Amino acid sequence: MKKIKRIATYCFLSVAAIVSIFPFLWMLVSMTNKSVDVTQGKLLPGTHLFANIKELFATVDMVPAFVNSTIIAVITTVLTLLIASLAGYGFEMYRSRGKDIAFTILLVSMMIPFAAIMIPLYRLFGGVSDTMPWIGIDTLAAAILPTVTTAFFIFFFRQNTKMFQKELIEAGRIDGLSELGIFFRIYVPTMKTTYAAAAIIAFMNSWNNYLWPLVILQSPEKRTIPLLISNLGSSYAPDYGVIMTAIVIATLPTAIVFFIMQKHFVAGMMGSVKG
Amino acid sequence: MGWLFTIIAILAICLFYFYPMIQAFILSFQSGAGANLTYTGFDNYARLFNDPSFIAAITNTFTFLIVQVPIMIVLAMVFSVLLNDATLKFKGFFRTAIFLPCVTSLVAYSVIFKYLFATDGMVNKFLMNLHLLQEPIQWLTDPFWAKVTIIMAITWRWTGYNMIFYLSALQNIDRSIYESAKMDGASSIQQFFKITVPLLKPIILFTSITSTIGTLQIFDEVMNITQGGPGNATLSISQYIYNLSFKYTPDFGYAATVSYVVVILIVVLSIIQFKVAGDDK
Repeated sequence: MKKIKRIATYCFLSVAAIVSIFPFLWMLVSMTNKSVDVTQGKLLPGTHLFANIKELFATVDMVPAFVNSTIIAVITTVLTLLIASLAGYGFEMYRSRGKDIAFTILLVSMMIPFAAIMIPLYRLFGGVSDTMPWIGIDTLAAAILPTVTTAFFIFFFRQNTKMFQKELIEAGRIDGLSELGIFFRIYVPTMKTTYAAAAIIAFMNSWNNYLWPLVILQSPEKRTIPLLISNLGSSYAPDYGVIMTAIVIATLPTAIVFFIMQKHFVAGMMGSVKG
Repeated sequence: MGWLFTIIAILAICLFYFYPMIQAFILSFQSGAGANLTYTGFDNYARLFNDPSFIAAITNTFTFLIVQVPIMIVLAMVFSVLLNDATLKFKGFFRTAIFLPCVTSLVAYSVIFKYLFATDGMVNKFLMNLHLLQEPIQWLTDPFWAKVTIIMAITWRWTGYNMIFYLSALQNIDRSIYESAKMDGASSIQQFFKITVPLLKPIILFTSITSTIGTLQIFDEVMNITQGGPGNATLSISQYIYNLSFKYTPDFGYAATVSYVVVILIVVLSIIQFKVAGDDK
């Protein structure tokens, strides 16, 4: 009986693992094959990899999209960490009734669906397009600004600040550091792992964001990677080998970040539930 | 002094969340094409009830929600319980494999699923080779199967993500509770329902609320797998709002009205889930 249960468990988990991995394998194999072979269901690696890569960079604006996505994701991540950690630290270390109420009100914004604020945001950036064209519609700045500050990350930093030792602040004050000095010289270096966890989540969210860039970035040269992939995916005569190559290249940055920092990522996910 | 630390965040959230919410509320009482908006009172709200696309979008989104979220939560729990067994071999491999879908972007995996589930795609080829099917299933062009495809896609992408929360919670449960339950003759099924489920209640609440909010806002998948079709068979609320604002002749007023329905739904469903989950928090 016990043995049967064991075998059933392994079978079940193996099926789950195969289903989870298969799309990745298919994608990796297909990037080495011709489009015709992909449609015929070929599951063995071919010799077409370099031809696909060459074709991709010759026909699709992969490089500008990669540059746009990188600029957006890096700036978003840096600003998110800075603003959210300052706020999380402020809410936890300088607690007051007023700040607790303000924090609760900020948390309500987590329930606001993006689709509900998308139109007013679009009109907001449309309204400043004439006077301040550098942050108007179809600029990277407009793609970045509304996504930088989220209640989730403020909450995340506040939860993690609870574990920060308050004696360190007193020590800093005795040493004559300013309040901001304490934050940058003592808090930031001791909270490295928290920043690492937040950085991964912020980077991945930004790199994969689709709806807001779709709304605000209109000209082809401003396209980000998800917009480009979506566009390739909806073409009428798709070259499967080339599209798979594009998807693999688009997925690489987040996959690499994930595998290098897997532990921090899981820690980050849990940090958002605690408390 | 402390306010200085929080001021940027407070201003940004007000500008990019609360101010647009107020604007959307005002917009929801206006109608017209593009920038030519006039006040029309509750007309937009009345229009909702006679709008077949809106009704389709609500029905589809709720179908995804009611079918998909429970399947995923149960699957995630089962995986985590199986993987929490100390004597299981290849644990690390299974865990990483099931979690792997989370590294893909929603757009990328949607495009992959669209190809896999094409009528001449891998899924049909596989099922027909096993003789489970005589004829290919029209995964993307049949109203019923298109919904099934979307549900399978979301489940594939998010089960491993939710599993991690359960796994971490299970690792914090004291093993001696199970030892003494075994001594008292409790079967593993009894242990699961009498010990594991009650102890995981906060995580179940957390994952079902985040999944509910996520599914109510579903956009990337329907946009890239089925484009809402066939007809309106997989149209979601977010996608309808997008279509109203940017695909058809823009009607920002009516789109804002539809978006307020999502807000109300999220608030109501979150309150219900908190109430159902009970008294302790």
